[in-house]
Amino acid sequence: MSSQLISSLISGIFISGVAGYLGTLMLSKKMSVVAGPLAHLAFPGVALALIFGFNISLGVFPFVIIGAILIWLLEERTKLPMENLAAIIFASGVGTALLFLPIDKAEEALIGSIEKITPLETIIVVILSLLVFYVIKRLYQKMMLMNVYEDLAVIEGINIRLYNLLYLLSIAVVVALGVYLVGGLITAALIAIPAASAKNISGGLQSYKTWAIVLGIISAITGIFIARFFHLPTGPMVVVSSVVIFLISVIFRKQSF
Amino acid sequence: MNTLLEVKNLNVNLDEERIIENLSFQITRGEFLTVLGSNGAGKTVLLRTLLGFLPYEGSITWHQKPKIGYLPQGLNQLKVKDFPLTVQDFFALKNPTPDLEEITTFLHLVGLEKDILLKTAGNLSGGQFQRMLVAWTLVSHPNVLFFDEPTTGIDIGGGETIYSLLRTIWEKEKLTIFLVTHDLNIVYKHSTNVLCLNRKGHHCFGAAKEILNPEMLEKVFGTEIKFYEHH
Repeated sequence: MSSQLISSLISGIFISGVAGYLGTLMLSKKMSVVAGPLAHLAFPGVALALIFGFNISLGVFPFVIIGAILIWLLEERTKLPMENLAAIIFASGVGTALLFLPIDKAEEALIGSIEKITPLETIIVVILSLLVFYVIKRLYQKMMLMNVYEDLAVIEGINIRLYNLLYLLSIAVVVALGVYLVGGLITAALIAIPAASAKNISGGLQSYKTWAIVLGIISAITGIFIARFFHLPTGPMVVVSSVVIFLISVIFRKQSF
Repeated sequence: MNTLLEVKNLNVNLDEERIIENLSFQITRGEFLTVLGSNGAGKTVLLRTLLGFLPYEGSITWHQKPKIGYLPQGLNQLKVKDFPLTVQDFFALKNPTPDLEEITTFLHLVGLEKDILLKTAGNLSGGQFQRMLVAWTLVSHPNVLFFDEPTTGIDIGGGETIYSLLRTIWEKEKLTIFLVTHDLNIVYKHSTNVLCLNRKGHHCFGAAKEILNPEMLEKVFGTEIKFYEHH
């Protein structure tokens, strides 16, 4: 196995694992689509990186994180649903990017470039994934209660503003990592699909979380290998694997939900 | 007197509309207060204001810091149907998570068996879910309870048992209870005091038997209400 393949596999496993985990929270907040618009915010960053010739991820991270903070601020001020605000942020991101982005060079931003990831980038991906995993784990129960009924969360003494911000920042980091693996167009799939499959086959919170992580990782591994074997683009293949797993999960769906 | 809560000249506006006008009352510790009023009279708004969710004018003074338990209106099994939560998972959402023994004790108190812990919360019946929520609220040992129409969506028999349950817990745990309802029967059977609300600022407050006469009810609910005295 080449060291390039190992780097791709390691980063693929970590990104898709943490994306699947985060997805379970986002699905229960009915905002798994938010990841899509946020990922599109990567495009202006990519445009700047291509124009000025620096590393694409340096362009992506600031934009996605600023986007998350904007959604947070706007939600506080307008009380509009987060998904609605994400659509606005999305439009502004893509709109600006299309003004400047050299479209013919933008393939990496569209479908990711995990097959070209360097060892150093892999280390950064692993560290960021672990960090976000830890943050999500810490806020998980509280966010879940907020999703169920926000007033109860307030009575339980949960600082809603703080947790919403941490939550959005976690989404931003995962989305930015997802842009690496599968590109801005389909990052939402990394987050939304494993959680949906897991929900189909699990009966409680613990198995739901575990399955989402496991299925995310399985689709990354199978996607990376199949893409390499048949010389297909990696990112899209990861997403297609994820969709196939979802279809299988529909067959095994537990009737209780 | 052991005053717990003092509300003076309370005004609450929602979207520029006055919902509660010039309301004053006092609650002593250990009281079972029923908040009564027709639809739209501001019962839920009052509760949410006392809980600190809504802005207001006037004063709300807690003389002792309350440890609050809240059972909101409209949280039912259908609301959690989309969450893959077992009853046990649902209890684990509390902050901090109560231990299993404690959960079981309170489940028994509300008349539920331990095996319900592994069931999916969204698949419980309306009555089971409501009982489960009562246990959920009580497990962190609150001393003031806010219950907002806890029998919404439950059949009459089921509603009756929820109220007797509240009554039992109230006597046993020496709590202060704020109960919102528009069920007049409950007022007579269970509460120590009644607070009735209406939008025009004609509020009444006092012991049920003293203040709930046909004239007062007409004032609060309007003319269409028929009143049958309980003996």
